[in-house]
Amino acid sequence: MTIYKGRGFACINYPIGMNLGGDPSQALVHSNPDGKFSVALSSIDLGQGMKSITRQIAAETLGVPVEDVYVDTADSDTGPHCMGSFASRGTHRVGNAVIQAAKEARAVMLEAAAEELEVNAADLETDGKGNIHVRGAPSRSITTAEASAAAQFKHGKTVAGRGIFLIPLSDVDPETGEMTPVSCYAHAALVVDVEVDDETGEVRVVQMNSAYEVGRALNPRLVEQQLVGGAWMGMSHALWETTEPYYPDRAHGPVDFNEYLMPGPGDIAPHDIAILERPAPDGPYGGKGPGEMCANPVLPAVANAVFNAVGVRVDELPITPEKVLRGIKANGGAQSQGTY
Amino acid sequence: MTKKPIQFKLNGADKAVFVDEGQNLLDVLRRGVGDLSPKYGCAQGTCGACTVLVDGEPYLSCLVLAQTMEGRQISTTAGLVVDGGVDPLQEAFMENFAAQCGFCTPGMLMAAKALLDRNPKPSREEVIEAISGNICRCTGYEPIINAILDAAGRGVGRRSA
Repeated sequence: MTIYKGRGFACINYPIGMNLGGDPSQALVHSNPDGKFSVALSSIDLGQGMKSITRQIAAETLGVPVEDVYVDTADSDTGPHCMGSFASRGTHRVGNAVIQAAKEARAVMLEAAAEELEVNAADLETDGKGNIHVRGAPSRSITTAEASAAAQFKHGKTVAGRGIFLIPLSDVDPETGEMTPVSCYAHAALVVDVEVDDETGEVRVVQMNSAYEVGRALNPRLVEQQLVGGAWMGMSHALWETTEPYYPDRAHGPVDFNEYLMPGPGDIAPHDIAILERPAPDGPYGGKGPGEMCANPVLPAVANAVFNAVGVRVDELPITPEKVLRGIKANGGAQSQGTY
Repeated sequence: MTKKPIQFKLNGADKAVFVDEGQNLLDVLRRGVGDLSPKYGCAQGTCGACTVLVDGEPYLSCLVLAQTMEGRQISTTAGLVVDGGVDPLQEAFMENFAAQCGFCTPGMLMAAKALLDRNPKPSREEVIEAISGNICRCTGYEPIINAILDAAGRGVGRRSA
């Protein structure tokens, strides 16, 4: 039995969202009687942090503390339309819609504050801590709650805003087939180190190193969680997960967590991540979407690492011990492609 | 199907409830007595989201027949709240960002509590072993392991009964 070491590399240009039908998402923002804000979305938080991100974006745009914003998601009966949570589009698409809606609501709030303070709304600014004051004269101020209350109970105005993100539909050029399918790309490069056992065919990922360019990391800890978890999913797709192990034959397909293989807490590979921030011009506060791209490059990198280790090129996922062993046997033994 | 009355303690409080013969503990906790902290994941004992403590031992509540719980002491994540504040174990989870979607978190917390109660200073390997029956599909195992080790460092296991 010999353990062969291998290293594989992959990189990715990842499109954020898509352009079918303009990829629209809408947001509605309004102030409640207590001066706190609700953001209504039909977008779904699957656990990736959409509620946290849209809450941050709304608070930043409105100029109120993040504690004063409540995000209400995933009621497609009563919420405004959204294409959905997929294609890594949440932060970028929904975030842009939230900015537009929050700007409109902020304008009403500032108008109300201007009337109360008897100044021009253009001279007002928010401190992000719940206060609106006259630029250069911080003592002339009113709280955001008081401004919202005045609008609703004195001026008869709704402190509300509507927002939508829609990109122009890109037609296909009949001559060249060229089109602009997306508006924004994120990028990443990833190196995976593996150990391959030539007796059992088992592949173990021992280290991952990556660099991700995600626009601005609007919430760095959420980005990190997404990238760490996504890389694990990529590793899992590369080496473990399948619903049809003998595709197209459906036999032996797993039906529950007993049979559906996934790496557990003991199979974690250390992962060093460098997050590079190059704010996207069309992104909400420069944010793109680290969504699905965090899993994608792991698969080719693992496949390349297995080839580097034992000279077996597996082109059907997952890279099971059986496939690796058959490959080694076909080659007449493990053939390391050189050390790194 | 006949209903039978059972009594048990839930997080220290007396509970009495009628249960069906085949009803599992998870169902009784969630629908019978209204404790929604144990999560309904797979209902076949493979995901760990429904983990609760019975007399201090971790149990998969979806596989426990409720009728066998007569007179037992059951602890759930809802009971970790101490004097209106979160338990130091929950604090360690928060500070280590050990939750993403949060669905596995109650099960992880109870598995961790059971570990720290019997072994206040576990090794990394022992922590991994203790949560190996709990699936996290957001795959935040590393921060979860770190949170449990962090909690152990703060003496969480020693202060627990």
